[in-house]
Formats: sequence, structure tokens, C-alpha cells
Amino acid sequence: MAHPMSKATRHVSINEGLIFEKSAPGKRGMELPPLDVPSVDAAQALGREFSREAVEGFPEVSEIEVIRHFTRLSTWNYAIDLGMYPLGSCTMKYNPRVNEFVARLEGLATEHPLQPAELSQGCLRILRVLERFLLELTGMDAITLQPCAGAQGEYAGIAMIHAYLASRGNPRKKVLVPDSAHGTNPATAVTAGYQVLNIRSDSTGRIDLSHLAEYVSDDVAALMVTNPNTLGIFEQDIARAAELLHARGALLYMDGANMNALAGVARPGDFGVDVMHMNLHKTFSTPHGGGGPGAGPVAVKKPLEPFLPLPVLAEKPDGTLAWDSNRPQSIGRLRAFYGNFGVLVRALAYALAYGPGMIEATRDAVLNANYIRKKLEDVYDLPYAQPCMHEVVFSDARQKKHGVSTMDIAKRLIDYGFHPYTTAFPLIVPGALMIEPTESESRQELDLFVEAMRSIAAEAAETPELVKTAPHSARIGRLDEVGAARKPILRWTP
Amino acid sequence: MYPTDYKYSQEHEWVALAGQTATIGITDYAQHALGDVVFVELPKPGAKFSAGQTLGTVESVKAVSEIYCPVSLEVTEVNAALANAPEKINQDPHGAAWLVKGHATNPAELSKLMDAAAYQAFIAEKEKEAQA
Amino acid sequence: MRYLPKSDAERRAILAELGLDSMDQLFASIPEACRLKRPLEVPGPLSEKEIIDYFRARAAENAAGYTSFLGAGVYNHLRSVVADALIQRGEFLTSYTPYQAEISQGTLQAIFEFQTLMCQLTGQEVANASMYDGSTATAEAAMMAVRLTGRRRLVVSRALHPEYRQVVDTYADHLGLEVAEVPFDAATGQTDLAAARAALNDATAAVVLQSPNFLGVLEAVPHFSELAHGPGALLVVAVAEAVALGAVRPPAEADIVAMEAQSLGLAPSFGGPFAGVIATREKFVRQMPGRLAGQTTDGAGRRGFVLTLATREQHIRREKATSNICTNQALCALAVTMHLALLGKEGLREMAAQNLAKARYAVAEFERLPGVRRAFSAPFFNEAALEFPRSVRMINQELLREKIIGPLPLGPFFPEQTKRGLLCVTEVHSRQDVDRLVAATRRALESLGAGARVAVSSPTER
Repeated sequence: MAHPMSKATRHVSINEGLIFEKSAPGKRGMELPPLDVPSVDAAQALGREFSREAVEGFPEVSEIEVIRHFTRLSTWNYAIDLGMYPLGSCTMKYNPRVNEFVARLEGLATEHPLQPAELSQGCLRILRVLERFLLELTGMDAITLQPCAGAQGEYAGIAMIHAYLASRGNPRKKVLVPDSAHGTNPATAVTAGYQVLNIRSDSTGRIDLSHLAEYVSDDVAALMVTNPNTLGIFEQDIARAAELLHARGALLYMDGANMNALAGVARPGDFGVDVMHMNLHKTFSTPHGGGGPGAGPVAVKKPLEPFLPLPVLAEKPDGTLAWDSNRPQSIGRLRAFYGNFGVLVRALAYALAYGPGMIEATRDAVLNANYIRKKLEDVYDLPYAQPCMHEVVFSDARQKKHGVSTMDIAKRLIDYGFHPYTTAFPLIVPGALMIEPTESESRQELDLFVEAMRSIAAEAAETPELVKTAPHSARIGRLDEVGAARKPILRWTP
Repeated sequence: MYPTDYKYSQEHEWVALAGQTATIGITDYAQHALGDVVFVELPKPGAKFSAGQTLGTVESVKAVSEIYCPVSLEVTEVNAALANAPEKINQDPHGAAWLVKGHATNPAELSKLMDAAAYQAFIAEKEKEAQA
Repeated sequence: MRYLPKSDAERRAILAELGLDSMDQLFASIPEACRLKRPLEVPGPLSEKEIIDYFRARAAENAAGYTSFLGAGVYNHLRSVVADALIQRGEFLTSYTPYQAEISQGTLQAIFEFQTLMCQLTGQEVANASMYDGSTATAEAAMMAVRLTGRRRLVVSRALHPEYRQVVDTYADHLGLEVAEVPFDAATGQTDLAAARAALNDATAAVVLQSPNFLGVLEAVPHFSELAHGPGALLVVAVAEAVALGAVRPPAEADIVAMEAQSLGLAPSFGGPFAGVIATREKFVRQMPGRLAGQTTDGAGRRGFVLTLATREQHIRREKATSNICTNQALCALAVTMHLALLGKEGLREMAAQNLAKARYAVAEFERLPGVRRAFSAPFFNEAALEFPRSVRMINQELLREKIIGPLPLGPFFPEQTKRGLLCVTEVHSRQDVDRLVAATRRALESLGAGARVAVSSPTER
């Protein structure tokens, strides 16, 4: 029995080889203005030992070939501009185009980081306003915009905790992480030199407070939480958890990946968080661009301010802004210059578009996730009965009876015109389907998604093989990842 | 399936002792759990390990497993064929895909390992737990 | 709100289906004590026009209208509008990390092309799909050498970009690694080979150089490679000005190259986002951090690309992970790929040649000013340290009045390098720009020579 597939239809997709395969000597895509000073022979100017003729193997193609090459490649990608990405904890929301426009403005895109501070007040003001916005949003006291991604932010956060505790005599040895945590959390803790202990989740999907109480000691530096957690469930006892930690001199770190459920509704600084990072490429709409660039600001409470990475943005008595590198307790510089300024511009543009109205986005995000939950809970197993916030986690338990796994369902979703949701995470739910629609989805797109998921559930029961061998309509079938890892081919050779 | 003259560890390694020379590999259960093996990281000859120490890793596309030394050992030989053909571990884990050979420095440790029957019972128990 | 595709009627209808009366009830699971009970006190909301006006106003408070001769890790080069148009295609801009290969072949093939271009540029065998930037790539390359050799000491050239060095120091400090510094030769500006030899020992994991270095001069990479390998250390070479590789021999003898690709099609953008790259020998690939796209086939034998060797990454390896890194700078790397495809073999060669010519023209013109000379004798690409008879800071103050941002004073970075400034000239500078700079400098020197003037403000806050 054929099930409805309203969103997608097959279409002719143009093939395209590698750019090197289209190359021919003498073709050029870009021409330079003529040289207006005496020309110089490279070998003479640099000496034979230092000079080079040209880069062997570099492509030689014309402008139109470059346009066609990359345009064709782009048509092979799914993207937010085409439809919903239900990826859990990725917050795949609309990337506003005005953000792209302002980031490219002459006077912003053109600025050199080492130019005089008096000629950079516009850039510094942008950073200052964004800092203030994020501090108000999170209820924290001080912030760094320097980290380039969530993982770098996490590292900075844990490094600051280490430095803070060391300054009080003992950096301690352990960090507690819930068993539902994302992989970067324990990896970061270990990179910073801590031993990781796992805290159980209870039957409601939340941190087991008694287990936490057992483990908190004078040797614990921090607990790393995500709130709402990776099941999309708000950790209701988080204030109590903070108390338990603070009583023993430990700190509460929050992974802010799920801020899309809290913006304007609750502030981590108000419920006991000491250090947190945010992902601006999630909550603040900066584009994923196929995997980056991002930005991972880290906000802290006052006691940790001295440890912020260098340099710190400061306001001078005359009201102008400047970088302060005279910070003896800083954890150091994490990267050259000031962070991903272009990404920060986009984040501020997004923030200003909403203003205090950001809470409406949060409401719609939670509304959408609950709508999907309601429409699918009769066909997919829901492991936790707790109310969910901006994301919902199902499991493949019912479909497994027919031999169909979450990965198979995800691949079949491709045929229906959607990107897969997050499969097999969090680890505490075997065969998980982690779905986060974000606020950017209309009723129509949500209904198309629900229709697709319901169709696939039916297919899993009636024609499991069809699901297990999906996708069928993509340009390419499932790829041999084993071969790619055994004998890696990582570059083109002539 | 599981050679009766081998001994087995709880971490799914096998040992075959001939005189003072021990040959070590991972079991069929282990290779099956891993899936297609893409890479093996092995020590160099001369390296010494005590029982329980990590002597290398086996990688599939999505996971890495440590290889724990089942008996204290000084490595004399490493299976060079696995560098270019790690899939041998999936094909013949108990034979051609041995990992290292070495001088067993404390042969008495062998008594702590399981024989084939005990190992088979051990993994049967593990499968039952997984279904539960 | 224009970004929210729902009407109030639709919201009410959905709430009704959920059995709820108000949006607020969606947050019932959050304890009262945790709730924010007031609106956010933040600016906005702004319409599209107001947003543009806001940022235009900020842009007007910067250096638009000034001609800058700064380099020092961020370079002004020509970029094509073609690449900018392509990079804004929604399928590139708004797509996710290519974990689902079947619907990400565009991104994956482009990454494969990027990896290839980086290998060709650097003379190395494999390259990754980008790191955050050149400074973190350098630090990660040093950490890679530590993992590969099992040793815990780094020998770092003083001529490495000071901010790159600070990042290396941060990582090294947190990991308890020893860092020994090697001076540069006061005459040539190159890292002192003899001093490096003295600093090397059996505990050294890597020697870390930059070429062209922070002072603009080229380093003798093959000699340092041989030197490092003696006691079993590796050579890490950082490249901050990638256009140099269009005319300068690549660091093929290095074991690991850590490059900043900003020069190849990315706007200066006040320091980011950029694209770092690590390129190395094939035998080291499993210790290399960052994403990798590999070529493979599907069931029907069609060529395709996938992210591969994922077991190096943090989400699987945890404490043995090659690094903490998750995100790369994908869109930036894509922009670089497009830029290089447009420039091509001949275009990059020509661009590099123009840089050589213009920088030499500028240096020659400067050396006609009394008391001005190039400070270091080794070959340079497009950046040179010039010595002046007066404080560079004060000269620059005068230049600012003529809307020129002059050479970067070196004193704040190297205390003994007083009255020296780093001048960068690229293909974007016209002959008139250079002539204007030199004439303005002449005037500045004359007015400064004619009686000392107290500086009223410091142009650069360092």
C-alpha cells in the first residue's frame, strides 16, 4: 500500500565532476588589474631556494565553469531554505538574510583587527551590545565572545573553573556528567585534566538527585548539565542541584545548547548556574554553512570574571571601548584576535530583530515540538512521559519488532523530502529519534513531517525492506563508509 | 567455534600458549560486536605489558575498542598483514588475524582465564542480558 | 514577527489540539522560582531597514575611507563577487554538517576539493577540512606532534606571530608542556638555526616556525627540518600569509603545516571567521584533528564522498581524541575553494607576483627617505619591517590625519625593535596609494624632526 508522500517528488539532478577534472591549461576565472609598478622576477627577488613556479595541479577553469560547478554541487544538498531539519539539539532555525547583508557592509567586513582602537569603535560597540544582550538573556555577570564554537567555549568554561578553584588552593580532580550528556562534555572535562564520573538519570529522565548528592564531595570541581536536558526535559531540581554543589565549593556548568527553550522564559544565572556556554549558530540563527563557522560565547558569574580569556572588552573612563590584556589571572588567549566577529555581527542582527520579543520564538519552538509529540505518540514509542520543551525523543522500539531501526527510518525520511532527525542519541534511550523542529516551521511543514513519519511507521510494519534499504530517491545510495575508513582517499590525484 | 586449546579473557581476548610463546587475538564475539574493522593499532616488538594493560586498539567506522593484554607479555612479533587488511579480523579472528606474539613473562596468569566452555557460557549470559 | 511562520489563529488551534489554553502553559514544567517574571531588557525589535541603519552607523564609526598597510596575520587581497554570490546560495549557507552523506554530496565534494587544493599549496600529502584559524591550527599541530612523539617539550621561534604564540602557550600551559623559545637573527630576521640546535634535545616533540614569519621574512625550512629530525623531533611550520605560496616554495619538508587560509578569499572581518588548515604526511593522518572527507562508492558503484576517520574525533575517542574540536569553518573553507577555483593556477601566480612587485616598489620608495631602511636582510614576500628615524607610533598619528593606517609598530611585541614598523603591501594597493603613503611619511618625518611633539593619544591599544 502506497503511503502519502506530499513533500517531495523526483527531479532531474545534474552531475558534476571534480573541479580538477574540468581543468585545461590557459583557462582563467578571475583577472587582476594590470601591474602599475615595475614587475619583479620571483626567482631573482627571492632566490632560487625560496621561489616556486606555480602551484602544480591547481585547476584552470573559466568563470562560467566555476558558477556551474558550485551551483550544481549546491543542488545536491538539503538545507534549511528547502525545509525542516528535525535534528535534535541543533536548533536548525531560519538564517535571516539581513544578517548576511550587514556582515558584508563596507566598514565591517573590511576592518583589520590590529587597526587603531579609535578607528574600531563601531566594531567594539557591536561586541559590547551583543555582550550585554547575552548577559541579560542568561542572567550572568561577565562574558567572552572569543570561542569559535561550542566545544571551544566548553573548554574555556572548564579551564576557568579549574583556574578559579586553583586560585582558592585546590583545582580538584573530578567533574560530574549526567549519563544523558552530549559527548563533548566528558571529552572537554578530560582534556582539561579532570576525571569524569557519570550521574544516573532517573525514571523521569532527569538527573537522579540522590545519586548526585552521593557523589558531590570536596574533590568534585563541577557538574556539567544541559538544561533542558538532551531528552528535551527541564531539570526541575536544578536549583537544588546547584545548592548541593555550592555547599561543597563546587560549581555548576551549563551546556547552553538548548537555550532555544529558555530564551526570555528562564535565565540560567537565576537558577544557580556559575558558568555556561552558548551556541550562536544554534540559538542565534547564525548559519551552519555545512559545518561552521560558529561562535561559542562563555558567560560567568562575578567570581570567575578574572579568569576570562584574553583580551577582555572594557569601557574606558571617556566612554570609548578598548581591549584589556592586563589580566594576570586569565586562562590565556584561545585564538588570535577577537573571535568570529562576522558571526557575532549576524547574532546581534538576529537579537535586534527580536528584542524582548525573543520570547515569542521560544514559545513557538516549544509549541512545535509538543505538536509533533502529540501527532506521533500513537505510532512511535515515547520512553519518557514527562512534558518536553523544544525537542522530543522517541525510540524505535515498535519498529524494531519488524527489524527496522531508527537509522533506517531516518534514511527513509530522506525520500520524503526531509533531512533525518538525530539518530541513536541520547545514549540512555536505545534506538532514539531526537526531534527538534524549532520555531521556524509553519503548520504546513510540521504537518508534512508528521505525515511522512506516520507513513514510514506504516511502511515499517508492512514493507520493512523498503525502509531498511532507504534512501531510494537521493542522487546516491548508502555509501561504503568501511572502505572509506580502511583505505582513505583524501585528495584528488591526476 | 572457539578453539578448545585457547584461553579467554572477560574482555574477549584469546591466548594460545606454546611453550613460553603466547599468541593473542580478539574473539569472534568481539569482532562481531565491532562490525567491519577498519584499522588496528598494535605495539612494537620489544614493548612490555602486564595483564590488563591496553596493548592496542581495534577500530570500526563508529567505534574504537581497546585490546587488553590477557597475560603479562613481552612482544616479539606483530601481525603485519593486518595493516593492509584489517578485515582479516572479521574473517578469521582466531587464526590468521592473530594480533601479537610474545614471551609470556608470568604463565601462571593463564589459570585466571576461562577455557572455551566457560567462555561460551559467559558470552551466552551476555547475550541474554542484552535482550532483557 | 516575520521570522515566525504562524498566525495567532494557528497557534490557538494547535494549543487546542494539545488541550492547552495558553502558550504560557507550555512552560508549566519549569518551577516558578526559575521563571523570569519580566520582559527582557534589551534593545529591539527592529525592522529590516532599522537593522541595516544600525549596522551602517556602526560601520561609519570604523575605518572606512582609510587606506591600510597592515598585515600581521590578516591580509587585504582581491576577492571576486562571483564567489560571494555562490557562497550565499541557500543550499550552502543553510545546510548542516554533512553527516547524512546522501543529501550532502555538494558540501562533501567541495570539502574534498578543498583538501586537495591545500595539499597542492602546501606540498603535503593530506589536509583536513579546516580548523578554526591559523593560531589554533598551530597549537593543534604542536599537540599533534606531542601525541606522535610521546614527548612533552616544544621549541618555538620568537618570530612566530605573537598571538599565535600566546595560543600555543595557553594550550601548553594547560597540558603542562615545556616551551623553549629560540631567538631570531638580528640582521636577517630569520630564526637562529644555531640557537635552535642548542635548544633541541631528546625531549623535544617539535620545532615550531612560521614562514613567512611575523617579521615578513622567509625561513629556511629544509635546514630546520633536518635539524629537528636529528633527535627525533618533528617540524611544524605555520603559514599566516597563504598567498605567499603562489611564489614561494612550499614547506614540503615540514612534518605538519598549520596554515591560515584567510588570504585566499576571506574578508578581514575584524579578525574572523577565518579558516585554519592542518596539512601533513599520510602516515600521520590518524593523529590529525579536524574533519576529513574521503572518496568512496555507493552500492551501485557511483563515486561519492563521506566524512571519514571519525574515530579520531572527540565524540568517539573521548580522552584519546585527537582534539576537543567539533565544528570546523566549513563555509569559510568553501569560500576559499571557490576563490581558488576562480583564481586558478595562473591567477594565484600572478597575484603573488604582483605582491612581490608592489612590496618591493614600496620598500625602494621608503628607502629614499632619509634614515629609513629595511630592518632585516632575508628575502620577504609582501611584508617588510622598516626602520625609521622617529617613533613609528608618532609617524602613524600623522598618517592618520591623511586617512592612512601605517606600518604596525614592532616595539610592543619585541622591546628591542623600537622605531621599527611592519609594512604590508598587496595587489590591492595602487601605485598612487604607495606614493601617497611615502609622501605622507616624508611630511610626518619632517614635522617630527622639526621639534618633538608630545603624543596626545596612543593609536594602537596594546
